[in-house]
Amino acid sequence: MYKYNDFDEGFVRSRVAQFRGQVERRIDGSLTEDEFKPLRLMNGLYLQLHAYMLRVAIPYGTLNSGQMRQLAFIADKWDKGYGHFTTRQNIQYNWPKLPDVPDMLEALADVEMHAIQTSGNTIRNVTADHFAGAAADEIEDPRPYAELLRQWSTDHAEFQFLPRKFKIAVTGAAEDRAVVRAHDIGLQIVRNDAGEVGFQVIVGGGLGRTPMVGKVIKDFLPKEDLLPYCEAIVSVYNLLGRRDNKYKARIKITVHENGLEKIQELVEERFAAIREDFIGYDQDLLKDIKKAFAAPDFAQKSTDGYEAARAANPAFRSWTDTNLSAHRAEGYAIVSVSIKKHGATPGDATSDQMRVLADLAQQYGHDELRISHEQNVIFPHVHKSDLPAIYAALREADLATANIGLVSDIIACPGMDYCALATARSIPIAQEIATRFDELKIEHDIGALKIKISGCINACGHHHVGHIGILGLDRAGVENYQITLGGDGTQTTTIGTRAGPGFSAEEIVPAIERLVTGYLDLRENPEETFLEAYRRLGMEPFKAILYPAEEKADAA
Amino acid sequence: MPRAFTPKVVTANALLEGDAVWLTEDNRWTRDMREAELITDEAHADLRLLEGQARVDEIAGAYLADAKAGPEGPEPTHFREDFRTRGPSNYDHGKQADHASRA
Repeated sequence: MYKYNDFDEGFVRSRVAQFRGQVERRIDGSLTEDEFKPLRLMNGLYLQLHAYMLRVAIPYGTLNSGQMRQLAFIADKWDKGYGHFTTRQNIQYNWPKLPDVPDMLEALADVEMHAIQTSGNTIRNVTADHFAGAAADEIEDPRPYAELLRQWSTDHAEFQFLPRKFKIAVTGAAEDRAVVRAHDIGLQIVRNDAGEVGFQVIVGGGLGRTPMVGKVIKDFLPKEDLLPYCEAIVSVYNLLGRRDNKYKARIKITVHENGLEKIQELVEERFAAIREDFIGYDQDLLKDIKKAFAAPDFAQKSTDGYEAARAANPAFRSWTDTNLSAHRAEGYAIVSVSIKKHGATPGDATSDQMRVLADLAQQYGHDELRISHEQNVIFPHVHKSDLPAIYAALREADLATANIGLVSDIIACPGMDYCALATARSIPIAQEIATRFDELKIEHDIGALKIKISGCINACGHHHVGHIGILGLDRAGVENYQITLGGDGTQTTTIGTRAGPGFSAEEIVPAIERLVTGYLDLRENPEETFLEAYRRLGMEPFKAILYPAEEKADAA
Repeated sequence: MPRAFTPKVVTANALLEGDAVWLTEDNRWTRDMREAELITDEAHADLRLLEGQARVDEIAGAYLADAKAGPEGPEPTHFREDFRTRGPSNYDHGKQADHASRA
């Protein structure tokens, strides 16, 4: 893992001290809220519906056990004993008190963490494939590049007041687990015909009120051009991006309104002008960063115990079938720990659970944890012989739910239970859906199905790319939920299509149940997933299931 | 035609804790909406909002929220404001419990 150097340490500490002064001046009345707001947002501090919220960056979702323990400590000391892992691989604390926030930031700095640029119109936390460095299908670990981008973008003088927020995601594998096509810049490590490794660069993707799939602006970017090319893109956006209307200020609109060709031309022009400014410091830095991400020494051990446990314990076998992914090293697995126990708040972990995860990562997982954009926690490097012990410990901590990728592994934004922007609640809907399908005991029969819920049009819950997306809205003072179908957040990114009129809070869970059980009747065989069935059959049969009364009325 | 004025309360978030608070007739910021001043006159509402907004060392983000008279005092008319009176629905974070004990 990357370790702070003296510069990083000094920078983060000085920001904490600076913010401490700003908080003091806000409390003593020297700063008004209008003056203070941009300053607190630069340090990840929001004022939400019931309390402040501090969003802490977990760069590319990677952290070690010491950092996870510190997150638990902060949750206990200054919050309500839990934290919320988000779709941007961050953690949010929902109940900090303003005078405590500088101490929270100081505690984060103690473990090389911060909340800088987790808000504001600037380049946000750089996200990455949560299986980075471990996945069997990976060309190269994307995290060193994500770290280079983090260092380049943090406090970048030119990019502190962009037209709107700016999100970058990086993946090193063909299978897109970082939703790179729904980011302002998506970077996918690829190999060209000559066998060289570089980046496919995608721009102008994004969800929100105008969802768009990103467009390829560069098929193959040599690795050494990464920073100047990204700098060129953000510079062009900074100049061209609209500042007259916040809803049209994202780069997706800039690309849409100006056309990819014009943007491409301007980026190339800018790139040519600044390329010589990047004369190698970035590559020297990258060399050092890469050393920090060297793969651990993988052990050669027998997996007999693991196989025996699978044969003896059906619950363990079910968990391994669902929650493990293929690792690049023989005898190893990637473990996805579900933070989605049926009926629980998606993404919430108690401080005790965080400590259990930290202990397990330290003991069995080469001291590494990841946060996935799907709001789960990953142990990237686990030898299979350790899985029975890990499973037993996870069960004790209520963390052994075998539902990764299934109907109850729901992404849900905080919604109107917390968020000041939300127009409806997300969490209770996710809780009810998960509980309902647990009662029906058909979750494993249904198979791979991604439900994603957002409590407003900003789409923090990624509903546009859910196989089933749910968008909570306010319709004449009543919570109303629209359903979209056919969304996909992988390498075949697709924006879902709205099925029809929305459902009330009371109607939405039965509607989802109808939809999913209806799919079981429609599928060709048990191997055909919901998304595949939707793509084969189209909207109509699903619409008929969702709106049976209307179908009958039309037929009459 | 301008919309008819509907009753309002002045609400905000407490500066130090961030809690939802409401302005009372005797100029306190209360955590219990039922103690808030229910304002039925538009000009008076505008004035009270200005007075509330001026108290920058106590609160942030004051605004007027729709409300109606209830048996124990003002009640919200919109679900967003209703949630602000009791806290999130996924955990019992305290405010709900306080209200339950008073009910």
